[in-house]
Amino acid sequence: MSSLHAETAAGLLATMWRIRCFEERVGQLKRSMQVHGLIHLSIGGEGVAAGVCTRLRDDDGVYSGHRAHGHAIAKGVPLGPLMAELMGRSDGLCRGLGGSMHIVDTGHGLLGATGVVGGNIPLALGNAVAARLRGADEVTVVFFGDGAVQAGHFHESVNLAALWELPVILVCENNGFAEFTPRSAHTPVERVSDVVAPYGFERATVDGGDVGAVFEAFGEFLAAARGGQGPMLLECLTHRRRGHYEGDSEEYRDPLVDEEWAQLDPIARLEQRALGESWIDQAGLDAFRSASRVEVDAAVEFARNSPFPTPELAAELVYA
Amino acid sequence: MAEAQTTFVNAINDTLARAMRADERVIVLGEDVAQGGPYTATAGLADEFGSERVINTPISEGTVCGVAIGAAQAGLRPVVEIMYIDFLTLALDQLVNQAAKAHYMSGGQLTVPLVLRTQGGSGSRAGAQHSQSLEAWLAHVPGLKVVMPSCAADAAGLLQSAIADPNPVVVVEHKSLYFRRELVEDPPDPVPIGQAAIVRPGRELTIIATSRMVGEAVDAAERLAEDGIEAEVIDPRTLVPLDIDTLGESIRRTGRAVIALEAVTSGGFGAELCARVQSAAFECLEAPIERVGAPFEPVPASPPLEDAHRPGAEEIYAAAMSAFEWDKPEPVAAR
Repeated sequence: MSSLHAETAAGLLATMWRIRCFEERVGQLKRSMQVHGLIHLSIGGEGVAAGVCTRLRDDDGVYSGHRAHGHAIAKGVPLGPLMAELMGRSDGLCRGLGGSMHIVDTGHGLLGATGVVGGNIPLALGNAVAARLRGADEVTVVFFGDGAVQAGHFHESVNLAALWELPVILVCENNGFAEFTPRSAHTPVERVSDVVAPYGFERATVDGGDVGAVFEAFGEFLAAARGGQGPMLLECLTHRRRGHYEGDSEEYRDPLVDEEWAQLDPIARLEQRALGESWIDQAGLDAFRSASRVEVDAAVEFARNSPFPTPELAAELVYA
Repeated sequence: MAEAQTTFVNAINDTLARAMRADERVIVLGEDVAQGGPYTATAGLADEFGSERVINTPISEGTVCGVAIGAAQAGLRPVVEIMYIDFLTLALDQLVNQAAKAHYMSGGQLTVPLVLRTQGGSGSRAGAQHSQSLEAWLAHVPGLKVVMPSCAADAAGLLQSAIADPNPVVVVEHKSLYFRRELVEDPPDPVPIGQAAIVRPGRELTIIATSRMVGEAVDAAERLAEDGIEAEVIDPRTLVPLDIDTLGESIRRTGRAVIALEAVTSGGFGAELCARVQSAAFECLEAPIERVGAPFEPVPASPPLEDAHRPGAEEIYAAAMSAFEWDKPEPVAAR
């Protein structure tokens, strides 16, 4: 069991509840057509986002993929502009021009999410190259799913990161599915951490539903990367509670029964531990959830009050 | 101002070296760049600037392009070399989905001051995977600037502007131009992106040509002059953003146009040029706009076949004559 203590656990729970409440609301807003586009929720994966991103500084760079809301929130991105972006409003993080899969908040070190699976792993390497040339101790983290591991640019990037010994930490959220298809149908290699073994990566596979395990393993990698070492790969075994996207009928898998979900839910697991270790009482736990709901309500209000962007605003960003 | 004799490829090399001396954010990366590459464009840079700024990479075009994009977003000024435009296919995801869209999709938070140098074109008997002209693909993507220098001075001048530009610029060079001896200003002046050049003035026909075809167009214009036809040759130099004003103004004066690119004609950038100048000068046109380009076939390796595939002055001359020989049909009576 990881060596969490009460204060750290409280911070992780607060972050995970913010993500959970935000995303549950996004799901509702998608169904009522107030949030637009392709929406991929990370419910079930909050432990990875919280365990990794709460350790980082604002000037550490994070890249993410299509399932990026949790990483953004854990990195410190404010909920109002994030919700406004998902609702296509002009006060969104990206003025409504990016949408759910392309969120960026440079002020908080969220350097880019991408809708092309694994497509920004090379960019993370470039960010690390630039940091090293500046002599900075910034660390670059890139999140991707196990589906990205079968793409060519993953392998090219692994090779280059190792060749150049870049202080970059690859975080793979292995939820066992690449869109609708189980990992076993895409590759004979079970563990992503084994894929990088020949390159001499520092690597680990942890239970992504155990936020303490993620926090601890990532902390060790981060300390080394802060000192200029790298690269590392952290594989987090997670469960994707929702479909690939909101609206996915999920005919390709059986739904979990509640007992199974309770074994996988990173929030329920940490709450159980926190109560068991008497770090907090039930009222304290409930307070995290209610505080997050209040914050999400305010974010939705902020977004609804923001106008849609105009073509003139968009035209300012066209340079050729 | 002094003039110096150089070559197209030496002008590029000299421009890179000057830019790296002036700005430590400028880095060069690509396959074999530390050894100068197959055409010597980066020769000597590693000796002067070291392996931290002249970065040899594996044969991983997509990821190398992405590394340059990430480094550009982080404040460097990378000049990435893709050795042959044929291999740019492997980097198009990075260029199209990341570099071209980052500024817009981030609401202006990100900028990508990236220069991607590559070279294309036929003439080296290397066959269809080392000889293509693929600039139309690049010009089709909002968010990429695309320049095609046709001489050493423009190669130096456009590259200076590309490195100074805050947004991604693709520089498409032509292997057949690299080793011609040319005179350039010393030091070369920057050439603004988005500004066409009137290479040869004329008043009866406008030939719009890019890259290697500019020299071919000048040769054709000299032959037309012997026939008493004064052709104007214009090099757009930049495909995106296009200097439509200069092109349109010329055709409004001359009333006839030939568009000459080395690429296969079908689906090519010549079609875009044709449509744009037609809109800009329709009422002044005396004849349909003629297009010159390669047939819709892969570039063959065998020398006589490649020579036949490769358009040049002769095809431009023939197209110009067609523009003069065209007889306007009688209007069809209204039904």
